[in-house]
Amino acid sequence: MTDTVYSLDLSGTRRRTLGDRLFKATAAGFAFLVLAILAAVILALVDGALPALREFGIGFLATEEWDPVLDEFGALAPIYGTLVTSAIAMLVGIPVAFGIAVFITELCPAWLKRPIGVLIELLAAIPSIIYGIWGLFVLAPFLQRHVQPFLIDTLGTVPGVGALFRGPPLGIGIFTAGIILAIMVLPFIASITRDVFETVPPILKESAYGLGATTWEVVRSVVVPYTRAGIVGGVMLGLGRALGETMAVTFVVGNAHRIDTSLFAPGTTISAALANEFTEAVGDLYFSSLIALGLILFLITFTVLSLAKLMLLRLQQKAGT
Amino acid sequence: MTPLYWRRRATNVVVMTLALGATALGLVWLVLVLWTLVANGVAAITPSLFLESTPPPGSSGGLANAIYGSIVMTAVATLIGAPVGILAGTYLAEYGAGTRIAPTIRFVNDILLSAPSIIIGLFVYEVMVLKMGHFSGWAGATALAIIVVPVVVRTTEDMLNLVPTALREAAAALGAPKWRVIVFIAYRAAMQGMLTGVMLAFARIAGETAPLLFTALNNQFFSTDMNAPMANLPVVIFQFAMSPYVDWQSLAWGGALLITVTILVLNIAARLFAAWGSFGR
Repeated sequence: MTDTVYSLDLSGTRRRTLGDRLFKATAAGFAFLVLAILAAVILALVDGALPALREFGIGFLATEEWDPVLDEFGALAPIYGTLVTSAIAMLVGIPVAFGIAVFITELCPAWLKRPIGVLIELLAAIPSIIYGIWGLFVLAPFLQRHVQPFLIDTLGTVPGVGALFRGPPLGIGIFTAGIILAIMVLPFIASITRDVFETVPPILKESAYGLGATTWEVVRSVVVPYTRAGIVGGVMLGLGRALGETMAVTFVVGNAHRIDTSLFAPGTTISAALANEFTEAVGDLYFSSLIALGLILFLITFTVLSLAKLMLLRLQQKAGT
Repeated sequence: MTPLYWRRRATNVVVMTLALGATALGLVWLVLVLWTLVANGVAAITPSLFLESTPPPGSSGGLANAIYGSIVMTAVATLIGAPVGILAGTYLAEYGAGTRIAPTIRFVNDILLSAPSIIIGLFVYEVMVLKMGHFSGWAGATALAIIVVPVVVRTTEDMLNLVPTALREAAAALGAPKWRVIVFIAYRAAMQGMLTGVMLAFARIAGETAPLLFTALNNQFFSTDMNAPMANLPVVIFQFAMSPYVDWQSLAWGGALLITVTILVLNIAARLFAAWGSFGR
């Protein structure tokens, strides 16, 4: 062998590490930008809401009064509307979404699964403003003419609970907003519940079937206990969506800053109040109160979404993914 | 057969019928909404819809300025948001394994993904519109871009995680530096999925109204100036549909049909694109 030493060509190495460093720095920079956006959002909201919070203090959350002329603002009516419409949306939407998920995973013939799944996702893709105008021009008159009088005459006469169903059938109001939200939220919950149902190991279900269980018994006793955390996570994601939904609600909620025992009365939600009044707000306190509303909404959805993430994370760990 | 047997069987039939009913109910909404859109909106789909700008109530006109504004702001938002999202998603997938910061970024990303879009609009109002002193198309595009980024981050990371590690190792063994492995091997393998994610993000912001309400505002006239309030389809529909004028409402239905058809076509196209070439493999 000759004693030539193969010298390593190191001239390219410096260029290569530079390219690597640049690329990694750029990618990391944009990844941190995501964090920065959230921080900036929180800071901007707090900064804008401070004047109102300083003026009204914690009483802001408990006052129903919303008087732009006298500069008296309270968040109770929008918060109430947001919570009640979302509650109606959950009450109506969860059973329907659950039924859809059960149908797709247990009953549906294989060739039908994909088309129905796609149709449900198309339902989720329709923008909320479309649901809004559909709600205003189709659903509200329908509820006003057929459903609300019926409910007022039947459930409205029941003492106690009946207070929820009294009053003139206006068509628009908290009830209609809740129904529209239910329609918007059910594709989300249905897709997540279906995905979560499909993580159940087939052997568990087959063992139950082998012992003679009916389909419902398998769902109730095997699938649901296994996927409980995931279902709750999906439901909370749907709740997060319902809480923040703006356009569909703005069209049909009635936009009245008041709280009424009847579900058929008009009300408002935080997002509807923002959408309607923000561009017309005059005066720093009005403006700051609206931003305070936005901050409250952000905090509520942040909490709900964090809980949802935790639930889904627990299910993932259990499923071993 | 014991009574228990019949009771269990009856419960099962009842529940399964309810499940079938729920599915029919869920799908019926879709059909109802689409039917209403077509029935009310088809009358407004005329050439003048695309050629004339928004009219004052009582005159005839179209939605040309709103369509133009929407296309421009959505395109700019995607052009800004997609690269940010792709690179951030690349960081999470390629460099993030084992770090503590990556799960935090993922968590924050999911929060932003589901955050109410009106809050994003509020944020951009605070930082852009107030600072600039006026509403603008740029503010609207920024608000939409902030909505695009989390979607693209999510899909990019998921798609890159699907690329087999063996591909990356083979490239590295041949002497490629890490960034080349990512850009020329991993991206190429995940390209279909990543582009689908961008398409879906585009479809999502095409219909968003709330973030544009106080950023781009609206404009009655045809304007190409992005530094001024810009007309856009969702806000015009909002304004016209809530108004008492029949001709405005008719234009609103036409615009609504236009948006819905565009979004549904984009969604279906994205799905077909994602599945392209994977049949029969």
